[in-house]
Amino acid sequence: MLKIEIDGKPVEVDHGTTIIDAADKLGVSIPRFCYHKKLSVAANCRMCLVEVEKFGKPLPACATPVAEGMKIFTKSKAAVEAQQSVMEFLLINHPLDCPICDQGGECDLQDIAVAYGTSGSRYTEEKRVVFNKNIGPLISTDMTRCIQCTRCVRFLKEVGGMQELGMVGRGEHAEITAYVDQSVNSELSGNIIDLCPVGALTNKPFRYSARSWELVRRPSIAPHDSLGSHIEVHVKDNKVMRVLPREKESINECWLSDRDRYSYEGLNSPDRLKVPMIKHHGEWQETDWKTALEYAAGQIKDITNEHGSDALGVLVSPNSTMEEGYLIKELANDMGCGNVDYRLRQTDFRLDGKRVGTPWMGCNIDDIEHLDRILLIGSNIRNEHPLLAQRFRKAVDNGAELNIISPLDNNPLMDIAHKIICTPNDMVNVLAQILKGMSKLQRLSLCLPPSLSELLEKIHVRPNTEVMAESLAGLGKTFNLIAPKVGIFLGNMALSAPRFTEMYSLAEAIGGVSGAKGGILPSAANSTGMHMMGVMPSATGMHARAMLEVPRKAYMLLNIEPELDCQHAALAREAMKKAECVVALTAYKSEALENADVLLPIAPFTETSGSFMSMEGRIQTFKAVVKPLGESRPAWKVIRVLANTLGLKGFDFESTDDVRTKMFEGEKPSTVARKKLNNNMKELVEIEVKIKSEGLQRIGEVPQYEADPIVRRSGPLQKTKYNIQRRARMNPEDLRMMGIVEGDAVLVKQDQGRAVLMVRSDAHVARGCVRVAASHKQTVGLGDLMGDIAIDKIPAEEQEAAKAQAMEAYS
Amino acid sequence: MAAKKSTKTAKPVMTDLKGQTLITLRTLKEKNPASLATYEKLGGYQQLKRLITDKVKAIDVINQVKVSGLRGRGGAGFPTGLKWSFMPRYFDGTKYLVCNTDEGEPGTFKDRDIIRYNPHQLIEGMAIAAYTLGAEVGYNYIHGEIWAEYEIFESALAEAREAGYIGKNLFGSNVNFDLYAVHGYGAYICGEETALIESIEGKKGQPRFKPPFPASYGVFGKPTNVNNTESYTSIPWILQHGGQAFADVGVAASGGSKLFSVSGHVEKPGNYEVNMGMPFTELLAMAGGVWKGRKLKAVIPGGPSTAVMHAEAILEATMDYNGLGKAGSSLGAGSMIVMDETTCMVKALKRLSYFFYEESCGQCTPCREGTGWVYRVIKRITDGEGKMEDLDLLADVSNNISGRTICALGDAAATPVLSFIKHFRPEFEYYIQHGKSMVDGK
Repeated sequence: MLKIEIDGKPVEVDHGTTIIDAADKLGVSIPRFCYHKKLSVAANCRMCLVEVEKFGKPLPACATPVAEGMKIFTKSKAAVEAQQSVMEFLLINHPLDCPICDQGGECDLQDIAVAYGTSGSRYTEEKRVVFNKNIGPLISTDMTRCIQCTRCVRFLKEVGGMQELGMVGRGEHAEITAYVDQSVNSELSGNIIDLCPVGALTNKPFRYSARSWELVRRPSIAPHDSLGSHIEVHVKDNKVMRVLPREKESINECWLSDRDRYSYEGLNSPDRLKVPMIKHHGEWQETDWKTALEYAAGQIKDITNEHGSDALGVLVSPNSTMEEGYLIKELANDMGCGNVDYRLRQTDFRLDGKRVGTPWMGCNIDDIEHLDRILLIGSNIRNEHPLLAQRFRKAVDNGAELNIISPLDNNPLMDIAHKIICTPNDMVNVLAQILKGMSKLQRLSLCLPPSLSELLEKIHVRPNTEVMAESLAGLGKTFNLIAPKVGIFLGNMALSAPRFTEMYSLAEAIGGVSGAKGGILPSAANSTGMHMMGVMPSATGMHARAMLEVPRKAYMLLNIEPELDCQHAALAREAMKKAECVVALTAYKSEALENADVLLPIAPFTETSGSFMSMEGRIQTFKAVVKPLGESRPAWKVIRVLANTLGLKGFDFESTDDVRTKMFEGEKPSTVARKKLNNNMKELVEIEVKIKSEGLQRIGEVPQYEADPIVRRSGPLQKTKYNIQRRARMNPEDLRMMGIVEGDAVLVKQDQGRAVLMVRSDAHVARGCVRVAASHKQTVGLGDLMGDIAIDKIPAEEQEAAKAQAMEAYS
Repeated sequence: MAAKKSTKTAKPVMTDLKGQTLITLRTLKEKNPASLATYEKLGGYQQLKRLITDKVKAIDVINQVKVSGLRGRGGAGFPTGLKWSFMPRYFDGTKYLVCNTDEGEPGTFKDRDIIRYNPHQLIEGMAIAAYTLGAEVGYNYIHGEIWAEYEIFESALAEAREAGYIGKNLFGSNVNFDLYAVHGYGAYICGEETALIESIEGKKGQPRFKPPFPASYGVFGKPTNVNNTESYTSIPWILQHGGQAFADVGVAASGGSKLFSVSGHVEKPGNYEVNMGMPFTELLAMAGGVWKGRKLKAVIPGGPSTAVMHAEAILEATMDYNGLGKAGSSLGAGSMIVMDETTCMVKALKRLSYFFYEESCGQCTPCREGTGWVYRVIKRITDGEGKMEDLDLLADVSNNISGRTICALGDAAATPVLSFIKHFRPEFEYYIQHGKSMVDGK
């Protein structure tokens, strides 16, 4: 520890601390623009110049490490003179357009100018003008306001993983710009708005819609991935105007993904359902709540009375709250129906009943950056959990080796130590090889179950898996570790794979061998919570897939659009069409709900209270930030009244707090989570590693801005380059062998489903796979996200018509 | 790589060698000065060979350089021996050696002639430094506007490589030194050592914050020694004749000879390598005196980043670090710009401030904003729209730039403004009052 003095106040700080950190620790404010605690030091704005005893000239506090006995003066004449001179320089070319600048009222330059600037300027020469850049639909630019602090440049390079902005030109001509004619495409791009200390980068969708001082700021939890990012919702006149990150170091730090930042635009979508609706003779009619609920209850009762309670199926969105999930499960169970499930995008349910507890991530979010070795299985991490990718990036920057097994060779924007790109089927084999490789390399003696040991006997470990096993065992490209901290995680593509069970079991075994932390990276905000609340089939009940394969007479849908949110779009659509009654609790009117019979308008997360449980098992409760729109009501209330209408007892909850007390049986939620979260299996499932698929396999990822009904309706997100025409993407080698060229239209077939799509040659797709993104009207006719798929060539003479058809389906 | 321009052949000597002390340009009297054969004939590469084959200890080499009193010839004048002692002795990885031939300041053209006439001595100097400091890879960063010299240096490198003076296992030892030529694209800022390092790394040339200094974090983040061309070129001579002999050539605190690039209003502009401590009048006389028989008005002794001096002040001064320091300026890189009585100091300053305004890298605030401000105010004065308070404003803005920037370009930009106004204030006042120059009336 070093003893130093700042403005006469003594403080002890660690070696290597900079003056600005020491001052922050002491609560001494030093003005700054370019310095940011999460970014590298640039020392270019010079605003933080301070006087240091024995130094002839002022030193930048952000870049000067303290030394023993240093005496620092932040408010001395010399320091203030230096700071004032920098302020003057910053203002001479800054436009005086604060009254029309969105940053006004929350502008660092404005605030610091009040303290260090003068009321008039000595600068009477011509001012600089910098042309604006179009960097996409999310961020608007006023580059004349830029003070060249390069926070945005450093963020995109260091946190975002790819340098998409840079400073070109010299001297006064220096300006921040993107690549020629390119937008900023980072899925974390919105953070540069928060970082910009002036109004050069502002929120495009929010532009000119409110002044910062008119907004009421209310805390909430982000609902689109299972990170549980803390957000601050800014509200004006009962309308959500924008969303900003709320600092939470252990979860989202001070960042937010674009999905969580801009999805709010979907909350104000014209699609919002404002009143209950009933389909009468094929026509939708608006109605009141009483009529709608009685109608829905009557229909469900009639059908269950006639066909048995088993005739009902309940499909629940994993983005709904724990309270909502719990209540709807209770409702179904009380009716004697065990067909409840939230796992809409899963096909492999063989682990049901074999788990000890609720699967989760197996560690804390901030543990990731301290890992030494990482194995990511079937995850397009930037697409699934954009901010989590950033944690992995930090780990890699700290020297961790990242190993990837996936059917897609997506660029995670970080160095990959080893990767194996293969079909989902082959992934099982690769994992078995790694397990065998590991069991030879690990230092502790190992007891694998006999069945597994026997299986491994027959497996040959190939060189590319050998190196991965070595990496996980601690042997490194540059440095060997004796006891590496290992993390093994299964992503969305593994979770929806037909052989998830094998992947999971082998990953668990590899974890056991290597002493790894890890588990699954659940896809949605409350997947973990839904599992823990048991929003799953009873012992005799049907899981989500079975409910569609063997259609039910009646369905209750909570917060889903069946053909967009279910694994098998075509089955989901068919099942809804065939059902006698579909009761949808939904925030939106939707083409996907055309086959419903009753639409009950429910409140999205901003208009209700509830809890989500994140991937790390953190239960986070939030309150409504605005009143429900129109006649819509919080889903928990709707379910409660529906239960009452059905004549069920024990649903008299007054608040979500009441529901929570009941669902945790009076215990502290975290205590329950501690007891229940467990990735272990009670018994090992039979593993077959040799299965080879005959034909092609679909890789049906859900694009990040199609993940749930809210983001699907966010205009700005839909305008980003991530919303592109769906294509059948295949490895160029496969295309060559099939005699198909890029740009051809082909007929894509899955089960009974058909779609005409254009072909794109994509070397990032594993051989034997076809990447066809899901959750889009172009592909709703198709089947399993990760199932068999066939490609039929379309004759040359029909190509033109087919291409036109593909284009039309897209637009 | 930019398109190759035609190679110019080295021209014969253009200055009168009488009275010069040829150390860095010691091949100048020879017929084919730049060739390896010429350099070898003069004992070239023998010092490198001796050090390596005799396994002379690094500390002994550094001591000789310390004794020589050699100070950095790029302008800052930092003792070279001391700088060398900052390089970490033990480092697990490659250490780098960099030569700064990015001379871009107006009036500076000495390194160009070293490469043009004596490239092998530079190569030997760098190889000796590399041996001493344990650097295995070296770069000579050559200013982007002197292409012919870049090509001359490349051919010299090829000769030296062929002869086994650079490359692997020098003289059968385990000493390796790979030396490469890198050419810039003409930005003045790349002459700043950390900007130069960034540029070598393929990045935009803009200075890094120091510390860390290149000795601990240089090229590719590795320990790196950066010296000026003239400094490296002095090394073989120092080791041949001993540090003391070099020191004795000069005066106290300024060892050796110095190459002065004399330009401006003299009869015979060019490079003059003379003993440190030579009286200014002698150097002026060597350059043929003020041209056209005119009167001396002012001199910028070390390049535009050094303070301008009145004729009276410089006529008394000697050309060495202390001599010019005492006289109120500094030696800089020895780029002496001579101005006769017809020079309008306001217009001269306008031109100089335009240079710094154009060449500021734009990274840090005071320099980016301040150099443009200064230039615009001076331009306004020369446009006849000056105000008397502009002079204080110029001084104030310059003081606000100076000492508050990442690199020394801010100080360099401020110095001429402050010194011009200090020494020639009446001329500025006249210009403001009358809207025209006191000197040429235009």
